[in-house]
Amino acid sequence: MTAQVITVTSGKGGVGKTTAVANLATALAADGRKVVCIDGDIGLRNLDVIMGLENRIVYDIVDVIEGRCKLKQAMIRDKHYPDMYLIPAAQTRDKNAVSPSDMIRICNDLRADTDFIIIDSPAGIERGFRNAIAAADRVLVVTNPEVSAVRDADRVVGILEAEEKGTPFLILNRLNPTLVRNNDMLSAEDVLDLLGIKLIGVVPEDESVIIGSNRGAPVVTDPKSRAGQAFRNIAKRIQGQDVPFMDLEQQSGLWGAIQKLTGRK
Amino acid sequence: MFNFFGKKRSAESAKERLQLVLVHDRTDLTPAQLESLKDELITAISRYIEIDPEAVQIGLERDGRSQRLVADIPLRSVSRHRPG
Repeated sequence: MTAQVITVTSGKGGVGKTTAVANLATALAADGRKVVCIDGDIGLRNLDVIMGLENRIVYDIVDVIEGRCKLKQAMIRDKHYPDMYLIPAAQTRDKNAVSPSDMIRICNDLRADTDFIIIDSPAGIERGFRNAIAAADRVLVVTNPEVSAVRDADRVVGILEAEEKGTPFLILNRLNPTLVRNNDMLSAEDVLDLLGIKLIGVVPEDESVIIGSNRGAPVVTDPKSRAGQAFRNIAKRIQGQDVPFMDLEQQSGLWGAIQKLTGRK
Repeated sequence: MFNFFGKKRSAESAKERLQLVLVHDRTDLTPAQLESLKDELITAISRYIEIDPEAVQIGLERDGRSQRLVADIPLRSVSRHRPG
């Protein structure tokens, strides 16, 4: 086994990076893969609460780097998937506690015994972002179909290319099909055309995502969630499977049925 | 695509505005710098060939992730007497 290191980043904050990491990791674990998530957001730890593991933290990544514990001791095992672990960020204010070479060393130590290492990058393009991409074999850029998020994503793509990290893949998160249909939201095609990178998945806006994070249970575990389905599909694509993109135009429920009957769809 | 009030739908505005912003972000060239580049280009070319400075168009275009500087420089038509 030699792990693939995947970094999830975005430029802008609040577009769904942490949610994406928790969901992709859970979907990969559900597919039987051995996964380690690393929260790269030093000082603003959050992946632990999204994964529902906040009460189990004893050591964090800075404890590993500064030699207060062994790497294994900082790896928190997931409640449901015994082959999924989280290495939490520290809540220290010292952003320089982690360096790019620390991240490379930690990932190299994990590689032999893991399938996927997924790093949650902080927002921005500073130290934490540099740390998060240092060890990446592949980078996923998360954005929303919204001007500021797309602009920041483009900056990040430019930096990744300049750093010779290759062209990243795009996760377009929180797409609202109704708004797109009414031409009041950028479509997936628009965003792809603007950014000029390849798509790995479109995640529809879905209330179940909030419900999932309230409970600390990522939506991929909810078979009825559309967003969960989208994340499961992305996880399959990460594993090299060719999964067709979801038809987000398809309406569900009574209104969808009425529209179908009246031929509006 | 326009709605009842003749207003452009917002997705189109978003796309057009982003197209402009991204091209300038990527090249790190402000519209003012582009304008002065245009002026210098006109001066330089005019030393060799007669052009119509008013008709010169210069702009940045996107092609996937790369940008190109596109200039359209019409030459002033010079009426020449053909021999014979």
